[in-house]
Amino acid sequence: MPLLQGELGEAARRIVARYPEGRERSAILPLLYLVQAVEGRLTREGLREIGGLLGITTAEVEAVATFYTMLRLRPTGRHVVSVCTNLACALRGARDVYEAAHRAFGMRHGQEVSDDGLVTVHEEECLGACDAAPVVQIDFVNHDRVTPERMAELAETLRRGEVPAPSRGEAPRDFRHASWLLAGLEGEPPEGLVARDPSAGSAAGSAGGRGSPPAGTGPAPRTDPAAPADPRAEEEAG
Amino acid sequence: MTERIITARWDEPDTVWIDRYLETGGYAGLRKALTMTPAEVIDEVKASGLRGRGGAGFPTGVKWSFVPQDTGKPTYVVVNFDESEPGTYNNRELVERDPHQLIEGAVIAAYAIQSHHVFVYCRGEFLWPGRILARAVAEAYDRGFLGPDVAGSGYGVDLLLHRGAGAYICGEETALLESLEGYRGQPRLRPPFPAVEGLYASPTVINNVETLCNVPHILERGAAWFAGIGTEKSPGTKIFSLSGKVERPGNYELPMGTPVRVLIEEHGGGVLDGKRLKAWTPGGSSTPFLTAEHLDVGLDFESIQAAGSLLGTGAVMVCDERDCMVDVTWRLLRFYAHESCGKCTPCREGTWWVSRVLGRIEEGLGRPEDLPLLEDVGGNILFRAFCALADGAVSPLSSSLRHFRDEYEAHVRERRCPFTGRGPRPEEPPAEEEAPPPRRVVIPLEEVLR
Repeated sequence: MPLLQGELGEAARRIVARYPEGRERSAILPLLYLVQAVEGRLTREGLREIGGLLGITTAEVEAVATFYTMLRLRPTGRHVVSVCTNLACALRGARDVYEAAHRAFGMRHGQEVSDDGLVTVHEEECLGACDAAPVVQIDFVNHDRVTPERMAELAETLRRGEVPAPSRGEAPRDFRHASWLLAGLEGEPPEGLVARDPSAGSAAGSAGGRGSPPAGTGPAPRTDPAAPADPRAEEEAG
Repeated sequence: MTERIITARWDEPDTVWIDRYLETGGYAGLRKALTMTPAEVIDEVKASGLRGRGGAGFPTGVKWSFVPQDTGKPTYVVVNFDESEPGTYNNRELVERDPHQLIEGAVIAAYAIQSHHVFVYCRGEFLWPGRILARAVAEAYDRGFLGPDVAGSGYGVDLLLHRGAGAYICGEETALLESLEGYRGQPRLRPPFPAVEGLYASPTVINNVETLCNVPHILERGAAWFAGIGTEKSPGTKIFSLSGKVERPGNYELPMGTPVRVLIEEHGGGVLDGKRLKAWTPGGSSTPFLTAEHLDVGLDFESIQAAGSLLGTGAVMVCDERDCMVDVTWRLLRFYAHESCGKCTPCREGTWWVSRVLGRIEEGLGRPEDLPLLEDVGGNILFRAFCALADGAVSPLSSSLRHFRDEYEAHVRERRCPFTGRGPRPEEPPAEEEAPPPRRVVIPLEEVLR
């Protein structure tokens, strides 16, 4: 059954109509956000529908989707926790916050989703809020001056099923809601239509284990941002 | 101290709303512009000497004057709100606190180049600032500062907010255009320059947020007033984003030419914990490090260049005596390796190799020949790629090798990091440390370069 039908199909058409006639392809990023809002991440099916809407191939859509870090083709938690470790934050202890995030959610380095499906922890480049270093984003809203202790508190709040109040502004409900807002849409993704969540639960936990080194060998492994896991290598979930 | 101009409304939280913006003189610059011809507006901005605040410092009015009006194609204004240069955060705060100032500047720019379409490319990670801007755009439509009849002048303009999705390279203007057109954000070869063939192969002006925020004030108060602030060749104020090892990090709007010592000591409260300053960047990680020797240098395009660096975005990141410059440089090179779009071989491969070699030096596995090796690879990246990302990556590398060579040598000599103590463990032979990640085949660097 197609995703982008009914209310969602209408939203997709409105997104395309924002751009000049003949320039519909410009709508690809908001459309990818829309599909991500519905599916919790991007699946091949979603990419195919966007291609159909824009008159381009699925491969062309995928080529765009794989270029941008906020578009997730791999299993993704209900929330995305981004820890900036770039210089300004690193000088203020960001590395410890990044480690604390892993500890707080019981995650290994390289694990994509916590075992309970709650979060994906992402090592982030500069988030443009360096006066508030170290900076953490939860679903793309900022938490300023986060210490390892504060990170543990934020994790506790998320585990209780609540969304911690950001340092400024309003927090989206979760990663999907954030994607909805990033598509330039108001309100929340319509419930009921939000059916597929390929990342939740145990499937995500097992998928996340791949690529991480066995525990107990050598020092704590560095994540090497130069060699990210290749999303194309992944089998479609479900 | 001169007055604050573009951050003047920051003390008042209510100015995010249009009512308070109008009460504090908002949209007066636009009203003034609409009484002038487009050519007069361009001349006024030219005469002010305003230069682009995104890093390159190109004169804004001159850029606008390059847009041809006889091509039969529409013209576009694109606002570059993809602020991602490490250490830089003035665009975000400008929009979070005073979004209408940006809208006003963008509409004036559109009027000047006779464009009816403004696109704002907002960094994806700026979810909240983007929502503030979206709210302000809706207000501006409601009150007739956007739409078919701007402030009753008969001139019409539309503004579309477009979100990025996480890619540093999209701050590069041609990569931004590729992204906005719906492709991977990879830079285009120039010429043709965007002024002639930009968005949808049509004449396009791309301006940074801070640049456009200056424009309403120039129109309202005149070019001569603006040109009288700052230095002769770098007029106006600049927001300096201060971060790292200082007591009071923050955005400080100061006249161009203000000595960096004033920024760090008077405004920033000095180096954190009373430590000694070791290094600082004048304009983000893509500008070469300067040192404690350069604290009396003025923060303007010419003075910083004379000192061996670039003003860039005005993002001053401070490292103190406790910070290891090899570790700092390694972190930055990992950033460039991650953000290289992959289009040009020297950048894609070079940044990756350099970050590997820096990593082994930091972890106590470096060799004496690694230092000339780094210089050699750096020299083969510089000026050999389509865009400035590659050159930016070489900045921290070459400048830290120049100013802090003794630290690199100490790492190699002592086979550990003198600051963190990081070094190879006995049970962990170097060969294992050198093991390639799954997707890469590692060929010894010297063989590649022979």
